[in-house]
Amino acid sequence: MTVDQKGVMVYSEERKLELQLLGAGRELADKLEVELYALLVGAGVAGTDDLIEHGADKVYVVDDAGLARFAVEPYRAAVLGAVRKASPEILLIGATKRGKELAPRVAAALDTGCMTECVRLDVDEERRLVAERLTYGGSCIATEASRRRPHMATVPTRAFPIPQPSEGTGDVVRLEVEVPEPRAVVIERREKTRGDLGLEEAPIIVSAGRGFREREDLRLLEELAEVLGAKIGCSRPIAADSGWLEEWIGLSGRKVKPRLYLACGISGTVQHAAGIRDAQIIVAINRDEAANIFELSDYGVVGDLYRVLPALTRALKEKAE
Amino acid sequence: MGPFRCDKANRPRRMYLPYREDQKLGRFIALLKDIADLNELKIDPATRRPRVEGVKRRISDVDKRALEAAIRLREEHGGEVIALSMGDDRTRAAMLEALAMGADAAYIVNDDLAGVDTLATSKVLAAAVRKIGGFQLILCGEMSLDGLSSQVGPRLAELLDLPQVAYARRLTMEDGRMRAERDLEDVDEVVEVELPAVVSVVREINEPRIPSLMNIMRAKRKPTVEWDAAALGLSTDVIRETSSVEVLKVEAPLVERKRIVVEAETAEAAAERLAEIILAEGGLEV
Repeated sequence: MTVDQKGVMVYSEERKLELQLLGAGRELADKLEVELYALLVGAGVAGTDDLIEHGADKVYVVDDAGLARFAVEPYRAAVLGAVRKASPEILLIGATKRGKELAPRVAAALDTGCMTECVRLDVDEERRLVAERLTYGGSCIATEASRRRPHMATVPTRAFPIPQPSEGTGDVVRLEVEVPEPRAVVIERREKTRGDLGLEEAPIIVSAGRGFREREDLRLLEELAEVLGAKIGCSRPIAADSGWLEEWIGLSGRKVKPRLYLACGISGTVQHAAGIRDAQIIVAINRDEAANIFELSDYGVVGDLYRVLPALTRALKEKAE
Repeated sequence: MGPFRCDKANRPRRMYLPYREDQKLGRFIALLKDIADLNELKIDPATRRPRVEGVKRRISDVDKRALEAAIRLREEHGGEVIALSMGDDRTRAAMLEALAMGADAAYIVNDDLAGVDTLATSKVLAAAVRKIGGFQLILCGEMSLDGLSSQVGPRLAELLDLPQVAYARRLTMEDGRMRAERDLEDVDEVVEVELPAVVSVVREINEPRIPSLMNIMRAKRKPTVEWDAAALGLSTDVIRETSSVEVLKVEAPLVERKRIVVEAETAEAAAERLAEIILAEGGLEV
């Protein structure tokens, strides 16, 4: 890449996340005294004004029929085309699953590093990108610095707030990029029945682990959730292995920050811990007194959830009246 | 061929052809990362830093499932499973486990490369993969459980100019094509790709087998090849210089929990106490 790399570029195929990236990028761009670029990729794309109102000084648009649906190879070509045109010194990509497939390929093509799922970003006096991210299975936070340009990082959803929109002005730059056919061809697609369950905003979450023996038994949790006005979450095996629920809480799933988190029959792996670290109060119910969840909890009951949960629901109901 | 660090008896038995040209060997190369056992990792209470020294090593769990997937594909379609890792002397134990599970041969890039980033690591692994050659599929876990970067698979695909499929939870092969089911946030997809390709798998793809005593004994007679960087035509100085992400600090966040165990004679009494606590903590506030 050339030496006169300048500017901060952000991209996500998810609009909400791209707006959050504009918030993160604005701060970096101001510190570096450079422009902030947003990238828009797709077929028949719209919404450049939205990006400008949220802080983009310039919007690069790659609009091509071959980009109607996300696939790594065509999207890689689009992002590379924009990076080569704009020559930014920092490139932030939204850490959705698709973003995490795309970013390392772009980084490898640019022969640069890339820091994954960064929750805090800054630049140091040498204009290097410095980031904080989880490591060691989610038990630790690493502070890392990129020493090669363009500096790259992926950023998970909700790490940065969406900036307040304001009336701004910005340029729209349309790019022609040669878009290849993807070699991995999607032959079947099934939309998931439920999307975001709102776990990330829920003030109270009751959560199921492998201590539940049957899917039907989750009603014990549903009854408790109703009394508490809680959302229902679970650990990874309940969703990913058993398929009883749609999404899980943990390192690879949702990261939650409720006022109260009630872990029922959850053993408390390092990965689950990474998803509930920001909960204010954690309560655990588990039969195994040696379960790690008790290390992570404020209050623990060593007992059979099949007996404790109905009793707890009853007790709460009585007290609520 | 470059110099081997291992003894002659462990040399691979045949010469390897440039990658892609000898696909009929049908190799499945499983990339394995040998990491500290995270369940045994302790945090130093004074410094908040993890104590990695002396912690038992193990194959990163998702990578082990990539290896299991490779073995199952070989069992069905023939071919050869190669376990490949960039590591050090300690990695031999992990590779022995891979061989005991069913890998046919193991390769370790063993040199002074600890701590280099994913940019550098994938260049080293790409060189090793090219030298091994004859593969139809490269498999890895969606991420290593220590570094969590999810970078090496896609980077290898880029460096080797191969198609990639990430997050596979089911894999089948037919007529030189691979079909994968993958799980994204909003959709489940079935993807088809021509081989050779790179695939990353998720935890749900399988349960890795536990090797029998007999297979553990047999593993010791299978070939393990160790390459240094020079054997791959690389220099450790250049690789370390390439490494572009520098780790400045690693620290466990300080989260103090009360860790109060609610003592009670019966489940009902415990529930009663818990209900009081939940109310006191504002559990029923609207």
